[in-house]
Amino acid sequence: MADEKGPGRITSSGLALGALLGILIIVSIWLFAAKPWWFPGLTSIHGAEIDRVFNAVLIVTGIAFIITQGMLGYFVARYGSAGSEHADYWHDNPKAEFFLLTGTAVILVVLVFMGQKVWLNYYFTALPKDAVTVQVTAQQFMWNFHYPGADGKFGKTDLTLVDPTNLIGLDDKDPNSKDDIVTANDMHIPMNKPVVVRLRSKDVIHSFFLPNFRVKQDAVPGLAIEVGFTPTTAGAYEIACAELCGAQHYKMKANITVDASDADFNTWLQARLKERTGD
Amino acid sequence: MGILTQKRRGASIPPPPTPFGGGPGGSHSSFPISTAYVGTYVLMTAIIMLFAGLSSALIVLHGVPQWQNITVPNSVWANTMVLLASSVAVEFARAAIRKDQQSSLRQWLAISGLLGVAFLVGQVFVWRQLVNAGVYLSTTIHSSFFYVLTGAHALHLLGGLVGFGIVMYRAFANRLTAANHEPLKVWALYWHFMDVVWIYCFLLLILA
Amino acid sequence: MTDTQGHHHEGEHAHPQLGFWRKYVFSTDHKVIGIQYLVTAMAMAVIGGTLSLLMRLQLGWPHGSWPFLASLMPRAFDSQGHMNADFYLSLVTMHGTIMVFFLFTAVLTGGFGNFLIPLQIGARDMAFPFLNALSYWIFLASCIVIFSALLVQGGAPLGGWTAYAPLSALPAAGPGQGTGMTLWITAIALFTASGLMGGLNYITTILTMRTKGLSMMRLPLTQWSLLITAVLGLLAFPVLLAAAILLVFDRVGGTSFFIPGGIVLNNKLIEHTGGHPLLWQHLFWFFGHPEVYIVILPAMGIASDILSTFCRKPIFSYKMMVYAMVAISGLSFIVWGHHMFVSGMSPFLGSVFTITTLLIAVPSAVKTFNWLGTVWGARIQFTSAALFSIGFVSMFISGGLSGPFLGTSAADIQLQDTYFVVAHFHLVMAIAPLFAAYAGLYYWFPKMFGRFMNETAGKIHFWMSFVGAYCVFFPMHIIGIGGQMRRIYDPLNYQFLVNQQIVNVFISISAFVLASAQILFLVNFFVSIWAGKRATENNPWKATTLEWEVPCPTGHGNFGPELPVVHRWAFDYSIPGATEDFVPQTAPAVPAQQERH
Repeated sequence: MADEKGPGRITSSGLALGALLGILIIVSIWLFAAKPWWFPGLTSIHGAEIDRVFNAVLIVTGIAFIITQGMLGYFVARYGSAGSEHADYWHDNPKAEFFLLTGTAVILVVLVFMGQKVWLNYYFTALPKDAVTVQVTAQQFMWNFHYPGADGKFGKTDLTLVDPTNLIGLDDKDPNSKDDIVTANDMHIPMNKPVVVRLRSKDVIHSFFLPNFRVKQDAVPGLAIEVGFTPTTAGAYEIACAELCGAQHYKMKANITVDASDADFNTWLQARLKERTGD
Repeated sequence: MGILTQKRRGASIPPPPTPFGGGPGGSHSSFPISTAYVGTYVLMTAIIMLFAGLSSALIVLHGVPQWQNITVPNSVWANTMVLLASSVAVEFARAAIRKDQQSSLRQWLAISGLLGVAFLVGQVFVWRQLVNAGVYLSTTIHSSFFYVLTGAHALHLLGGLVGFGIVMYRAFANRLTAANHEPLKVWALYWHFMDVVWIYCFLLLILA
Repeated sequence: MTDTQGHHHEGEHAHPQLGFWRKYVFSTDHKVIGIQYLVTAMAMAVIGGTLSLLMRLQLGWPHGSWPFLASLMPRAFDSQGHMNADFYLSLVTMHGTIMVFFLFTAVLTGGFGNFLIPLQIGARDMAFPFLNALSYWIFLASCIVIFSALLVQGGAPLGGWTAYAPLSALPAAGPGQGTGMTLWITAIALFTASGLMGGLNYITTILTMRTKGLSMMRLPLTQWSLLITAVLGLLAFPVLLAAAILLVFDRVGGTSFFIPGGIVLNNKLIEHTGGHPLLWQHLFWFFGHPEVYIVILPAMGIASDILSTFCRKPIFSYKMMVYAMVAISGLSFIVWGHHMFVSGMSPFLGSVFTITTLLIAVPSAVKTFNWLGTVWGARIQFTSAALFSIGFVSMFISGGLSGPFLGTSAADIQLQDTYFVVAHFHLVMAIAPLFAAYAGLYYWFPKMFGRFMNETAGKIHFWMSFVGAYCVFFPMHIIGIGGQMRRIYDPLNYQFLVNQQIVNVFISISAFVLASAQILFLVNFFVSIWAGKRATENNPWKATTLEWEVPCPTGHGNFGPELPVVHRWAFDYSIPGATEDFVPQTAPAVPAQQERH
């Protein structure tokens, strides 16, 4: 029996699948446009650039998503079959392929350039000498913050000196460490001033994640890694560990406060110093 | 579930499968390389990647300040000669079977196998020398790689000796001929490859 | 001569009658081995899936109390019925490990590869049948070993399937990092050995045992994908093995490949020095990135062929499909650093990897366009297999499009190690391949067992899975954007995550719905083996490839006394002027239908 080429039929399966894909498109537009849940509140300068890169990728991929899922949904709804009818017989279109391929490549190259500007800026902008410097030492399962104090010099640390009261092994015999401040899970920085964090780890790999600041950097034992940022909004925020580091990984939270003024920041530093030298 | 119903049938029967090449059913394929050779090349590629992974680790760690060289015992040089000699013996065996000299084939095969075993024994001797000198697996990064690389090579050579056993068995069963001695050719390829891997590891460890 | 089922089996040559054990258990027949892989992988899927349901229970209700579960697994729960944090992390680790290796790699290459390769290329069996059988038994051993890691005293490892050093290198660094971790490494090593034996067979067989007339460019895409995947495995798995060997020596041999100096555990400086943790990551991801393509490529091949069959239309641009797969696999070796953007790796390297990663999006996009081009103008027969192959395309689009966010290193700073990554890889590496595997199972079931799976149950399975999978994984993008980190036992510990906890609840409930659909599938699968509707013809789907020329189920030796001869490519559907809407590959070329294939 010769099967002829029949018109594509709308079938219940095709229609249902097409409808579901339509719903998928609508729900995804809602989620990404109405943003019922979205990025944590932004509070850093470079963070705005990162958010811009994200949005650029979102627009490109969003359009691609709507077009491709939409086409898929339309085709399955439109081109069902009732028996074994012949389909349209074409299976090559070199021009269209070439166009789509180069178009995709061009768009991706543009995205690469946009993203790389931000990336290279983030890592290779020389941070000003007067930036607030904090040595952050991660360990299972807490964050240690080490400030240099008024003399601006960090006291030496020696891991053989580590004990439960001296978690970073600060060498008291080093004169520079007299005015150093060491806190546990409590970090303060002044608003609108660049900050440099020098990340270390005492045991396994952790990751220093500041969601509001768009900062994330692994803390690797054996390495000291610097990362810089400038906070723009005062307030209390959270630090999370973003690299699985053991059973209590989920508990590795710390608080980071952006003080509204240098004075507030210094007050806090003085209070911590007093605690350390007072007891 | 009748997927394996096997009934007697008088029709033509494909040859039974053999572990080395050919495959059941015969092949109409016009692929220029035989099944046995393709299989051997695939195996060699995997082994190359294993040693590539280990080597890249060595190269990366070579740059750390804690790297400390060990003295590689001189016996390693002698042992290398033993392994190379076994490869030479393999080639003599190959020349013999090309002239259909079955007894010569068996002799040279036996020599190559013996030399291969001698190499492994020699490796154990080398490791004992190191241990006696106080150089263990964990002594320095260089020593760690020495043991790991030579150990990995030795294990693969041991596998090659299994192949040797199969080829020897066939030689003694007179199943190798001048016209068809593919198992020997394929095993020889693997054996020479073991030489190359050894020289590579050896040079890497000496020059590090 | 007919068998007890009244089927006439061609081509079964005279063998002495094999007993039950040699026929069904210790067989060297590639079809039996393939089914053994499939069934074993299904068992692993049930285990891995159950682990994920326990995870979702914890994530949906982090402070929940589960007395019933606590009575079953007393070491995993505290006295109030709360799940322990280390148990949660061992769930995470084992779920990932089991699914990536023991389900997906096994089912697609081991299951479909073994069953289909000789059939689709016109051979009677694989090149090295004994080695093939051995690969299955070693695979089974590896499954047993990984399962035993769940049962040991110290618990299963908790370092994630990625097992980053030094956490994985230091037994003292956490519970489960002792025996559990050792068993994990052993299982992976055995799996690697099994995979390499299999790969040896797949490559050798496809290259050297194709039947007359079956040139490479006449192969079905399934075969191309299996060949390329096997080559990828050959190049990637040994590097994992190398890393695992070094890790074992760090753990038990006192070496310091991955352990740097300056590590303090329990307030004491430990003795290791000189190693580099990032070395583990480089070695692991050099393997790990090709591994994800090892999972997706066979899925692409299978879905492409099945899509074409039920669209009654040739796959759009077959040549570009092949080239795209080759390009993807080549590029897959130079993108691994995109897993390490914030790892402490040099930022310059980060830039290089961003470029190569976005490059790899191009061939993937080409393949997507081609799937759309196949459906355009098609005449789709909506069988369960067809639905799943279409579903594959949708899932691949969704999962693939979240890739550029992560590949762009600047955006990855915020998204790395969040649920955005989890969403991406589940859609593209779990759900899409799963849908392709389901398509394959519904499609080739009659060829394997001589019966059909129940179509109604299959369709229910599809609709529930399609909706369920999107409900589980799509919202994960959103909570990832919101900042929820991976591998976190209690998101409520963080104030910034509290508002989106409701999404976690939605995901968890959806996960249980999705899981129940899979139970329906499993029941359908096993019941149909014995009670499904019988397949009375060789080619129920009217497909073109060689396996449909032989009976359902196929007998030992596959083909009749003569091996088939191929005259055309695998996609002659709806040729204008042909009487039927398909022409098998074995049909002689006719001038009127001459294509340049």
